[in-house]
Amino acid sequence: MDLKDIYQSVIDGDATQVQTGVKEALEKGTAADVILQQALIAAMEEVGKRFEEGEFFVPEMLIAARAMQSGLALLKPYLVEGGIKAAGKVAIGTVKGDLHDIGKNLVAMMLEGAGFEVQDLGVDVDPQKFVKAAQEGAQIIGMSALLTTTMSNMQNTLQALQTAGLRERVKVMIGGAPVTDAYARQIGADAYAPDASSAVRTARQLLS
Amino acid sequence: METRVSLKDRQVVISPDGPFTIIGERINPTRRKKLAETMAQGDFSVVQEDARKQVEAGAHILDVNAGIPGADEPALLRGAVQAILEVSQTPLCIDTANPEALKAALEVYPGKALINSTTAEESMMERVFPLAKQYGAAVIGVITDESGVPSTPEARLAVARKLVQRASDYGIPPQDIIIDCLALTVGADHQAGRITLESMDLVRKELGVNLNLGASNVSFGLPDRKIINVAYLALAIARGLTTAITDPTVPEIQTTILACDLLMGHDEYAMRWIKAYRRRSAATA
Repeated sequence: MDLKDIYQSVIDGDATQVQTGVKEALEKGTAADVILQQALIAAMEEVGKRFEEGEFFVPEMLIAARAMQSGLALLKPYLVEGGIKAAGKVAIGTVKGDLHDIGKNLVAMMLEGAGFEVQDLGVDVDPQKFVKAAQEGAQIIGMSALLTTTMSNMQNTLQALQTAGLRERVKVMIGGAPVTDAYARQIGADAYAPDASSAVRTARQLLS
Repeated sequence: METRVSLKDRQVVISPDGPFTIIGERINPTRRKKLAETMAQGDFSVVQEDARKQVEAGAHILDVNAGIPGADEPALLRGAVQAILEVSQTPLCIDTANPEALKAALEVYPGKALINSTTAEESMMERVFPLAKQYGAAVIGVITDESGVPSTPEARLAVARKLVQRASDYGIPPQDIIIDCLALTVGADHQAGRITLESMDLVRKELGVNLNLGASNVSFGLPDRKIINVAYLALAIARGLTTAITDPTVPEIQTTILACDLLMGHDEYAMRWIKAYRRRSAATA
């Protein structure tokens, strides 16, 4: 198996094959960050692209992300040893009062698949929990809301960040079915992303 | 058990012993740009058009949601309700999580409304139930609580029990509580559909209350959603679903529900089915 096979196995969502491939590549002496970039991250980019184009569906994305994560787990010790840094640190969650997690999970997985360190705060996340994540070093706060009735908690979180004196130190991006670019500007978020793969592009832009 | 909802002298009875009750979902600005834009400006013409079309398509109750980011929800929800009352005699389901908006809408509603919805979270129930009691409304209770959506049918039953119990503490009888067992998407967990069906079975057998479902969630993230949605609707009706928040203007939904009514014994001599068939044939002729 070579990097191409690992790449294809991620797209196919075959975790066992990905693990076999990663182990073989490591044994052959391929650098961990090369496997990460050229196989895992490249594959998740392709998965994201297919999803964006309507060719891939949610379960396919979930299973590909799972395969990617199983490969990433094998690479982690080598990446740490080699001093390979994450693309950035993101804390993500669905806002207070809202229990929808699929979109948020997809974004978290895609960010992870793009080399970000992701802290998943879960659903129904209190503004103070986002504040705490920012205090602990998150560079980006990602918020999701699927209900018109819970969107306003994005604004409450932004205010909590402001009150804690952290707003200047952290970038805030938002998304979810009722959320729009205009709403992001209105409440003073830094960016809006309509789906999981554009969330990756947006996160990169915010930190560049 | 019968849940009665009304508007002036028009009454709708939700019951396992009668035809299925369709709650039209279209008056909701989420993902509907034109509706959202007009509503935000206080123009309710699209709302009225949606009301008319859904009633024509067989809606028995109309759901009304006015959640637009940054807008004054109490004023908009009240305005939307009043605008619908001008053009329709169909009872309404007031859809909001904002207690002020709920109150503003209930104040101008001449009849027994349905409230969409409360969860079993104490902080929600203590805001929604007193208003339901004050205005004599029925309430959809969604089976989530402080710890989220329970993962097993038994745990969901326990949450349903709590909803019915707490409602009765506020003087609301069980027939005025409709339980929503929450259909999560099979796109994220392929067992999700089955768990909801089993929960409905348990709730119906123990509590005997009417059951509601937002039945289009179940197919999120998958292709050919309509087919999944109508198949699920049929499976759920067989397990005791008596009402659903759905789009009656989708022909497949309309015909599936009519077929289910017939198959569940709620369409004597198949007259409604035949009549609907003639209407469809006439429309395509």
